[in-house]
Amino acid sequence: MPSADSAIFGRLTLDAIPYHEPILLVTFVATALLGLAVVWWVTRAGAWGYLWREWITSIDHKKIGIMYIILGLVMLMRGFADALLMRAQQAIAFGESAGYLPSHHYDQIFTAHGVIMIFFVAMPLVTGLMNYIVPLQIGARDVAFPFLNNFSFWMTVGGAVLVMASLFVGEFARTGWLAYPPLSGVAYSPGVGVDYYIWALQIAGVGTTLSGINLIATIVKMRAPGMTMMRMPIFTWTALCTNVLIVASFPVLGATLALLALDRYVGTNFFTNDLGGNPMMYVNLIWIWGHPEVYILILPAFGVFSEVVSTFSGKRLFGYTSMVYATVVITILSYLVWLHHFFTMGSGASVNAFFGITTMIISIPTGAKIFNWLFTMYRGRVRFELPMMWTIAFMLTFVVGGMTGVMLAVPPADFILHNSLFLVAHFHHVIIGGVVFGMFAGIVFWFPKAFGFRLDPYWGTWSFWFWVVGFYVAFMPLYVLGLMGVTRRLNQFADPSLQVWFVIAAFGAVLIALGIACFVIQIAVSILRRDQLRDTTGDPWHGRTLEWSTSSPPPDYNFAFTPVVHDLDAWEDMKRRGYKRPVSGFRPIHMPKNTWAGVVLAGLATLCGFALIWHIWWLAALSFLTLIATAIFHTFNYDRDFHIPVEDVVRTEGQRTTLLARA
Amino acid sequence: MSGSTTRDNHGHGHGGHHGHGAHHGDAHGDAHGDAMGHGTLRDYLIGFLLSVILTAVAFWLVMYNVLGKTNLTAIAIMALAAAQIIVHMIYFLHMNTKSEGGWTMLAAIFTIVVVVITLSGSLWVMYHLNTNMMPGHLLDLR
Repeated sequence: MPSADSAIFGRLTLDAIPYHEPILLVTFVATALLGLAVVWWVTRAGAWGYLWREWITSIDHKKIGIMYIILGLVMLMRGFADALLMRAQQAIAFGESAGYLPSHHYDQIFTAHGVIMIFFVAMPLVTGLMNYIVPLQIGARDVAFPFLNNFSFWMTVGGAVLVMASLFVGEFARTGWLAYPPLSGVAYSPGVGVDYYIWALQIAGVGTTLSGINLIATIVKMRAPGMTMMRMPIFTWTALCTNVLIVASFPVLGATLALLALDRYVGTNFFTNDLGGNPMMYVNLIWIWGHPEVYILILPAFGVFSEVVSTFSGKRLFGYTSMVYATVVITILSYLVWLHHFFTMGSGASVNAFFGITTMIISIPTGAKIFNWLFTMYRGRVRFELPMMWTIAFMLTFVVGGMTGVMLAVPPADFILHNSLFLVAHFHHVIIGGVVFGMFAGIVFWFPKAFGFRLDPYWGTWSFWFWVVGFYVAFMPLYVLGLMGVTRRLNQFADPSLQVWFVIAAFGAVLIALGIACFVIQIAVSILRRDQLRDTTGDPWHGRTLEWSTSSPPPDYNFAFTPVVHDLDAWEDMKRRGYKRPVSGFRPIHMPKNTWAGVVLAGLATLCGFALIWHIWWLAALSFLTLIATAIFHTFNYDRDFHIPVEDVVRTEGQRTTLLARA
Repeated sequence: MSGSTTRDNHGHGHGGHHGHGAHHGDAHGDAHGDAMGHGTLRDYLIGFLLSVILTAVAFWLVMYNVLGKTNLTAIAIMALAAAQIIVHMIYFLHMNTKSEGGWTMLAAIFTIVVVVITLSGSLWVMYHLNTNMMPGHLLDLR
């Protein structure tokens, strides 16, 4: 008989609050104080109404893009804090010393670090950038389904909220970031950790999938007249391929996690060791999602670098067509390599050889891209602004990181290197050197478009050097350790001769921390100095694509008139032909209306997830039914659009005319 | 390059008067919205009959054990299911090579490629794993 307590609260008891763990307690107090400070500050400024009207309920793709990026940066702080904890533990836990993190805590930290960095840092940054830039690049006024966009964003936030909640209520998974069974099965992980993992990813995954559908529809259906596929900016091309990958692969993740959830909740045996279950099937399925995921992250970064190289070299991108084909080929090939993540699981030579070769083949289109960027710079007037510096750092770093990947693609070599710190060094090499550098390049490049002023280059340069040098200092030692046979995910070491490498790596992590600090200072300084850094033209870098043809920040409707495209690099083409901005003939503009539904639905989904994690069945049922009812109720809301009055358009465009005349 | 300066660059005629909602049609001309077609009664009847027949045959194969072997029956049912999917796509979803400017066809081909890769790859991989990691004497324990 379940007691009254467990009928109401499920597994949730006061013991779930880790007040006996000093590290968590201090973190909780600090976080709570920070949260209260923010609440107090917003209340004092009387900004709740403003936040609700202008941001939380906004369906403007630009604001949603900015919110995605803020989410990514906030979660970067959490994920990086985890990294610092691990580096500190590994630097001191030698011989007699057990370090300061007990193993059950350490295991949660490396799991949370991986999950957060991929799902709640890299994905929001990539999605945010695509959300902000793609409609502007194709001359559209919003995405195809603006309400869905808002809902997708809040679902991603819901997933992030659950992961963060696991820090203070209960625990997170101790399984590694992909939660392989049988360890993640209910027999070995009976607690709530894996359930937090499952529901956080399911809820965020719904958001990601819907956002992928949304952006595909936007790119396919809403391009400005004249913009054929082969006149699309390269960032939009990479965004299209990335979203195709998202739509094709995220359902696989959802299905795999659903099967794992069934194993844990209702006692099925898909991935258990007995009754016909097969844990290897989980590994197979999760990597069918997992490998395309890698390209979901890197393709938009490639797009950013292509735009940056072409802009700052003052030249059309070299080999645009080959760049497009390389992107498409990578999109297809990314589905043919998943087994290289488990060469050692016991497949035969023919299987391993096939997947080893397909993996190496991917380096061909990727190499073609590198050459295209180099040839774009060749004989160009390269301006070494910050976005370009990030791009060059990327090219140097990524090529080496890619080569260690080709090493790992050789099955016999993988038998020695797999599960070692060599692998850890490799994927940080390509994710930091590729995705993170790409996102920083993109943020610095498009920041003036989004906010109307550039980021301060002084602090940006400091941030850049700390990041790049810090990356090398932090991860080159891991290659060395990996070659010496040190396996990943250990929290204590017996051999004291290894310690020096871990200390160097920890020092590198501190350098990266300084890089992050300089980035935060850069944003603060830029806000304070915004009048000196102001961009009045809308085109601070002499850009080439349509987003630079409108003002910075763009008006709500992006373009008063839909541009007509005659060439690749449409804005460059318009400038060359002496484009005159229209100053009359404006009309009211038809736009979608803000809606409360996205945040409410996502909130209910998050509550349902929390209830499922803690086995609070009545709450799960109630929140799920409310979720469905609210969604149906919202379909009867026909008041979804309005017209921006022509006077507002005239006034906004008139202000821009004045600004341009002053510039 | 001659004449390019006279081209209308800002497109009063396009987005200007009907704004947001009108983007959709502008980019590719207005044709593809209608090219979908809605199917005639005859199409629907053909589709309905075909799907009923395909379903009935599958039940018949299982209920009367027509083919004798379980494996053979399973393969036949898979084939019937694939045919069923194609019937639905053509007669109920009205997919053809031209609808939506070819995008639905491209999406269908991509979906098929990914599904085939996923299924055949998984079968191949799991068969290998099973053969290598579950030696015969263990299977005998059943």
